Amino acid sequence: MSGLAAAPTGAPPTETRLMTYLEAISDALRQEMRRDETVFCLGEDIGAFGGAFKVTDEFVEEFGADRCLDAPLAENAIIGTAVGAAVEGLRPVCEMQFADFIACGFDQLVNVAAKLHYRQGIAVPMVVRLPSGGGFSGGPFHSQNPEAWFLQTPGLKVVTPATAADAKGLLVSAIRDPNPVCYLEHKGLYRHVKDEVPEGEYAIPLGKARIARAGGELTVIAYGSSVHLALRAAEELEEDIEVLDLRSLCPLDHEAVLDSVRKTGKALVAHEATRSCGVGAEVAALITEHAFEDLDAPVRRLTAPDVPIPFSPPLEQATLPQLEDMKEACSALLAY
Amino acid sequence: METTDASVVARGRVRELADAALTREDRASLFRFMVMMRTSEERALTLYKQGKVPGSFYDGRGQEAISVGAAFVLRPEDRTCILHRDLGAHLVRGVTPDRYLANYMGRATGVTGGKDGNMHFGDRRLGAVGMVSMLPDMALVATGMALAFKMRREARVAMTFFGEGSTANGQWHEAMNFAGIHRLPVVFVLENNRFAYSTPNELEFAVDPVERAHSYGFAGVTVDGNDVEDVFEAAREAVDLARAGGGPTLIECQTMRMHGHGAHDDMRYVPSELHAEWERRDPINRYAERLTSDYGFSSGEVEEVRSEVRSYVDECAAKALASPMPDPELAATGVFAEEFEALGDGHAPWSQVSHGHNGNGATPVSRRAA
Repeated sequence: MSGLAAAPTGAPPTETRLMTYLEAISDALRQEMRRDETVFCLGEDIGAFGGAFKVTDEFVEEFGADRCLDAPLAENAIIGTAVGAAVEGLRPVCEMQFADFIACGFDQLVNVAAKLHYRQGIAVPMVVRLPSGGGFSGGPFHSQNPEAWFLQTPGLKVVTPATAADAKGLLVSAIRDPNPVCYLEHKGLYRHVKDEVPEGEYAIPLGKARIARAGGELTVIAYGSSVHLALRAAEELEEDIEVLDLRSLCPLDHEAVLDSVRKTGKALVAHEATRSCGVGAEVAALITEHAFEDLDAPVRRLTAPDVPIPFSPPLEQATLPQLEDMKEACSALLAY
Repeated sequence: METTDASVVARGRVRELADAALTREDRASLFRFMVMMRTSEERALTLYKQGKVPGSFYDGRGQEAISVGAAFVLRPEDRTCILHRDLGAHLVRGVTPDRYLANYMGRATGVTGGKDGNMHFGDRRLGAVGMVSMLPDMALVATGMALAFKMRREARVAMTFFGEGSTANGQWHEAMNFAGIHRLPVVFVLENNRFAYSTPNELEFAVDPVERAHSYGFAGVTVDGNDVEDVFEAAREAVDLARAGGGPTLIECQTMRMHGHGAHDDMRYVPSELHAEWERRDPINRYAERLTSDYGFSSGEVEEVRSEVRSYVDECAAKALASPMPDPELAATGVFAEEFEALGDGHAPWSQVSHGHNGNGATPVSRRAA
């Protein structure tokens, strides 16, 4: 029952179906659980209740309670037992009820899961699903975007799908990967994003960015919810803006970032997470180190400020980047 | 630890059970592994004092009976998470002292190839997942391995070790609770060595942690951690129970950490009379006496084990000292796995396992209902 890490399949899918981002996550999980009996889900309220967001709705009926296991309210137990099951050849997919709660399981993730292969040569094939992001008055403990926490931990892969098709393709690859993968699924996209998703086996390699919109005057480098903000801004501004969806933050597709910026000469890095030492800082450093001479303007960032996500709608909207903020940031760089 | 009438009766029963399970060869083997642990650690401490060990030094002096006695019960396909006072368990499972010494010295031939130091190792080819410094994280990892065994309906057991200091951390509760809920085949070996670094039992807990086992839905037993056959017998019962689907057991081994937390620790906080009292209960000397008084070994035979191990560890030390330091280029490698590779099996020297008998009295490799 071990060693089932099949290579992501590259065969072009023939059929697609219109799905929400949420349905695509469920579809990926269900497909992998049908394909590989070592895959199982572990998390709080994921069994009979189907999960706080219903990602595993009716999984218990199909796969049984053992493979859609309701965990006690103990995040270190979820991550730690998943590590043990993974090194024994299972492929656990852990659900944090909210990404914020990974703080309670952080020790097992960063000290045990992330370092086992480097220290001992032991592969830990597991996925941690992290419903992240704000915009719905979740407050400081149900709205965070904690990706930078993981990116400071060598040994963790980090993926951040923006579309339903990517939500499926990246989750399938994450499950098949022999390493711990943090899969950040933005809650604001769950039911608002809907696109054509390939049916059947569909895997997208980790570490490959995607040009979401081609353009020649400015590159907006984004991931997750910010991709949609950038696309809307580009449409409404009717400007020649390229939107690069990173898809995966570790591994980071350096080549795609540099290729696009060398073409446009201007870069805005956009994310909903806080500013300092975030992905924006990393990508800006990458560009200035390797494409400095191709730049026609300083690299800029559009991010949340360095504050917790507040609860009240006017406060939250003042914190999270809005469409108008994106349009202003793009216009300013285009005019530079 | 006081010798009450009840414990004398219990000890008599343990002796009878162990008599049925252990051959003369097994007893020599238990003694040899304890001596090998002590001798290897003494040699490592010397290397540390000679400046050949980077970083720090930790040993399990006085606790040899626990890791040797408990690990001796295991079958090859069982799995371990072994902690820093438990070199004996590594030796029983097949790690040789040269690889242990090389690991301490940061050599390429150490178990981790220089990636991690001192006792932070486990040989994946021998079914061990190496410890991290955060305690008791490995209790959850062992619980997860046991979850995999149960889900696959395999008659296998995970065994993990930790000190009483670990029982103060919330993850200990999370592990006990999870293992109890699912009645997982995991054996928790608690080494109460009286101090968490310098903090004594009375500042660690109001109630002895073994008392908590019941509240998690499984049994907790206390044994004399300086009596290798006492530990063996308790581990045998616990492993039997786990393998048969009866769930976890918490075994508290009463002992004493006879060295400081690390070589830098002068143990000024330990009353000298307490130390002297436990010196009289030294697990290796006590077992040597019992081998001659109860089990028909001559003092010459006992001494021969000691001298044979000394020579062997000498050879191992020479081999470790002759081994190269790792290539600096390797520092940047191995962060990510390219593919999954299953853990290997450990050695299982107990005669009832190694001779093909079914040591634990259950049907061999029985597949039990989840």
